[in-house]
Amino acid sequence: MNSERKAVILDFERPLVEMEQRIRQIEQMAQESGVDVSDRVSQLVNNYRQLRQEIFSRLTPEQRVKVARHPRRPTTLDYIQAMTDEWLELHGDRGGSDDPALVGGFARLGGQPVLILGHQKGRDTKENVARNFGMASPGGYRKALRLMHHAHRFGLPIITLIDTPGAYPGVEAERLGQGEAIAVNLQEMFALAVPIICVVIGEGGSGGALGIGVGDRILMFEHAIYSVISPEGCAAILWKDSTQAAKAAQALKLTAPDLLELGLIDQILPEPLGAAHADPVQATETLKRALLDNLARLRELDGATLMRQRYDKFRRMGVVLDG
Amino acid sequence: MSLFDWFANRPKVAPLSQEQQQREIADGLWTKCLACGALTYTKDLHLNNKVCPECGYHHPVKSHERLKQLLDADTWQPRNEHLTACDPLHFVDRKPYSERLREMQHKTGLNDAIQTGFGKIDTHPVALGVMDFNFMGGSMGSVVGEKITRLVEEATQARLPVILICASGGARMQEGMLSLMQMAKTAAALGRHRQANLLYISILTHPTTGGVTASFAMLGDLILAEPKALIGFAGRRVIEQTLREKLPDNFQTAEYLLQHGFVDMIVPRTQLKHTLAQLLRLHTPTSPPVGHRYVTPGFLLS
Ligand SMILES: [Zn+2]
Repeated sequence: MNSERKAVILDFERPLVEMEQRIRQIEQMAQESGVDVSDRVSQLVNNYRQLRQEIFSRLTPEQRVKVARHPRRPTTLDYIQAMTDEWLELHGDRGGSDDPALVGGFARLGGQPVLILGHQKGRDTKENVARNFGMASPGGYRKALRLMHHAHRFGLPIITLIDTPGAYPGVEAERLGQGEAIAVNLQEMFALAVPIICVVIGEGGSGGALGIGVGDRILMFEHAIYSVISPEGCAAILWKDSTQAAKAAQALKLTAPDLLELGLIDQILPEPLGAAHADPVQATETLKRALLDNLARLRELDGATLMRQRYDKFRRMGVVLDG
Repeated sequence: MSLFDWFANRPKVAPLSQEQQQREIADGLWTKCLACGALTYTKDLHLNNKVCPECGYHHPVKSHERLKQLLDADTWQPRNEHLTACDPLHFVDRKPYSERLREMQHKTGLNDAIQTGFGKIDTHPVALGVMDFNFMGGSMGSVVGEKITRLVEEATQARLPVILICASGGARMQEGMLSLMQMAKTAAALGRHRQANLLYISILTHPTTGGVTASFAMLGDLILAEPKALIGFAGRRVIEQTLREKLPDNFQTAEYLLQHGFVDMIVPRTQLKHTLAQLLRLHTPTSPPVGHRYVTPGFLLS
């Protein structure tokens, strides 16, 4: 791991970092002086755990946005590599492009072959530039659709991992029909006769997230966010002031508990203490277990039932007054 | 002579004094073109579907004006007019959403940003949805999504073509993720309509952007656009700011989309009813189909 990734500390994590440093100092001093401080240290470690618990159990929406975007947060390929027995990445939309911001391929998960798709953020600046910060282009959505059609033909369940600030806002993306590419995916994902599980692992940015976000089960990590617009964008438009992002984050109801309450997601995946970046191994374990549980349940349904239930699920979304 | 030619040939300059002109513009008797500045007798402008007879500029139109322009007289049967939004997020920005809604309803006489229903175009029965940009920028929240979905479901049952006239800034932020999900919901309903081999024509008018572009607007079997309409997914400013890319002159216009293969044709508003009638006629079989049905290629696998 390079220093750039290690250096990232969110402001509300700072008390934890300071405490950690103090514990190290005491340990070192004890070693030098030969005095037994194990009681004192274990007490401090306890305090540390308690503080971490406190901080992460009452994160504000704005703080959750920061956690969801944490540069050390596990990415799609991190999870794939850690939880699958086999992984073969596939490339290309067969229309002239291969988008590195949206990856896909076959995997074996708990012994079963599946198709996994996901937005891919970079794990350092250089990779982020190469991967457009996980912002997919039309070619990415079309590659995803090609692979999903393939999964449908061969009866492979589909897993999508969502982690994007949004679809790529560029001239080339517009020229190639960003809106059309996403729209077609939304429609076609209702016509796939295989189980689809979508998981928001980090940042669920608007239409760019939804473009691979239609499924039978929608899961979300505890500190992930899913929003119609970025808090900064919303603040700039509605408050005419992008520094009001904290207010926008609050108002948009973009956290996992909010979305569960609104009936827009099915399940929240608890994160390890200190969030997924603090313990990627445990986060991977949680994800894998949730995927296998849900797959087992969905496998019992035939294709027609899956598609009907998927339609009905999204059909219910929305709140209106009638009459 | 077409109405359009007649307008083009009549005396062009309003024979009025400056002062009288100003007064009559204020009275609404004359309308000044937002593009070329030409003065047109307001009644005449309306007769020309609010297209400037001088330069062809398409003035914004309200949804009820659209209905009048497109449908045969007395054929409109509105549906779900009473659906209203109810602020499930208790959203407050500089003003509470509930207050914004009330103001908009008062200002426009509409309950939300779309009118849906059934009517006839040159005797052809159609399901029609017309978005209204005057209602919160035509933004799509739960009501717009629900009304479109109900319309498309009813049209699928009745085996009728669907026509949606888009005019929208995108998803309605004040309903958060509920708005985003309307993109999937409307796309799903149109998917079933499509699987039933029924015709869906989407008409992109100024402006059609964001979440509406990335859902039903771009899903038409046939996609028409009004001249010079702004059509795109990402906002121009966002693209300029984040990437500092120089934007092509006609970027995200109807003409740009035509050039790059995303719309079938650009149709001036004065020709729209005529063109729609023509398309509907071309999709009306002259004899009943004999045991042969096409498999809809979009759903190539179902
Ligand atoms: Zn003009």
